[in-house]
Amino acid sequence: MIRIPCPFCGERDHSEFAYGKDASVQYPPLDAPLEDWHEAVFLRDNIRGVQLETWQHLHGCRQWLVVERDTATHHIHSVRAAHPGVAAVLAGAGNDAGSGK
Amino acid sequence: MTRYSAWSIFKNGLAGQRNWRRAWRDAEPRAHYDIIIVGAGLHGLATAYYLAANHGAANIAVLEKGWLGGGNAGRNTTIVRSNYMMPGNRPFYEHSLKLWENLSHELNYNVMFSQRAHITLLHTPAARDAAARRYNTMRLTGSDGELWDLDALKRAVPHLNYDNARFPIIGAAVQRRAGTARHDAVAWGYARAADQLGVDIIQNCEVTGITRDANRVSAVQTSRGPIRIGNAGKVGLAVAGNTSRLWAMAGLGKLPVETHLLQAFVTEPLKPLLDQVVVFGVGGAHFYISQSDKGGMVFGGDLDWYKSYAQRGNLPAVQDVAECATSILPCLGRVRLLRHWGGVMDMTMDGSPFICKTPLANLYLNAGWNYGGFKASPASGWYFADLMANDRPAPVIADFDLGRFRHGVNIDERGAGPDPKLHG
Repeated sequence: MIRIPCPFCGERDHSEFAYGKDASVQYPPLDAPLEDWHEAVFLRDNIRGVQLETWQHLHGCRQWLVVERDTATHHIHSVRAAHPGVAAVLAGAGNDAGSGK
Repeated sequence: MTRYSAWSIFKNGLAGQRNWRRAWRDAEPRAHYDIIIVGAGLHGLATAYYLAANHGAANIAVLEKGWLGGGNAGRNTTIVRSNYMMPGNRPFYEHSLKLWENLSHELNYNVMFSQRAHITLLHTPAARDAAARRYNTMRLTGSDGELWDLDALKRAVPHLNYDNARFPIIGAAVQRRAGTARHDAVAWGYARAADQLGVDIIQNCEVTGITRDANRVSAVQTSRGPIRIGNAGKVGLAVAGNTSRLWAMAGLGKLPVETHLLQAFVTEPLKPLLDQVVVFGVGGAHFYISQSDKGGMVFGGDLDWYKSYAQRGNLPAVQDVAECATSILPCLGRVRLLRHWGGVMDMTMDGSPFICKTPLANLYLNAGWNYGGFKASPASGWYFADLMANDRPAPVIADFDLGRFRHGVNIDERGAGPDPKLHG
């Protein structure tokens, strides 16, 4: 069982969470060339090792998180709130849980 | 090499079974080959066999990082069917099923292909309408398909849970020519047949690098030393689950592929209980089950839902699959699991595979088999060999290329959109 340290709720089994997707994907502006959209929608690095990904704490606080996880060992390196404003508030409050450490 | 026959069994039986020879050589790598296939799974072995058998190619090596058939060839639920509907998939999987029907004879090796029927349970009128469309499409394109009403289903499989108020069974969609095969025998059969045609199958030989000379591959680096490819040489990748890693070694960037984990299970052996393959999928459930010749119930379900290269499963998926098993076959409630295993697979952006050329002139790609690699392996090898030998895709696989997303011709059998984990 993977256990994810949610910055809001503490460490929980991954069955409480829903996997989102590769968090390194950035969608381009709407008027970007077709090639940029093709890459963002369809192409992936598919890293074997540490990658950024989004998870939602679906059966908990329902917050979206950015998780740094090793896809070969399932080891979790860090967790933070996906929403930059929420992450900034957590960090500003001096809340260590904000980094998931 | 001896040909297997009833007579050879009789003769060796009289001689105390001492004269059987090993089925294929454990080849040492040579410094140079004309064709290199990376991956001695079902697709790689089938490709090597058809290259030699159909196209007369010689000086072929199949490189395998572990042991022959130790990847997804040994990590599946052995189901063979062709109930695909989309253009592109339809003729491809039908060709595969036809190859399966003659495979034991073709390879002179009993792959134990059992056409025991594949039964998809239907629970709603909408599902029955969708199945009618799919199975009529199959019938109109040279395959077989039937819709069974509840009485017919009860006669064939009497011990399903017909008393489920939430998901009542109303009938089934059936392909009688579908069934199961012995997965190891398929790997061994292709290996033996390819070996007899001179193919070197090299185990414990992991590819660690791909050396390029401009837009050609000139050599592959392996854990057993470098292997050069001649000027007319060709390299084919058939490395499900690790395609992106080899692609990166060739310096080719990103692919429309994510590697995900799928588990499967087998129970302790039981007396004959289930004569067909039964598929249960409604309300988020996804479950498929058959009984092996040894009596074990072999079944599987969904992916583990997160990206993973780890060939081991996680517990929530075990619970999910066990719940499906007992909801559709309550009689399995007290049966113990014997074993479960995890395989990593290329999940693509539309759930369909790639058998195509690449940006490099002499590199060819066979990848993206999602859940469906086992049943596809004969046709996959057939058409991949054809592609490599003739340097052009056959019309059947014309859309199995990397450019299809750019052209908007996604072959999305499930209609799930560009999210690899949804293409189960």
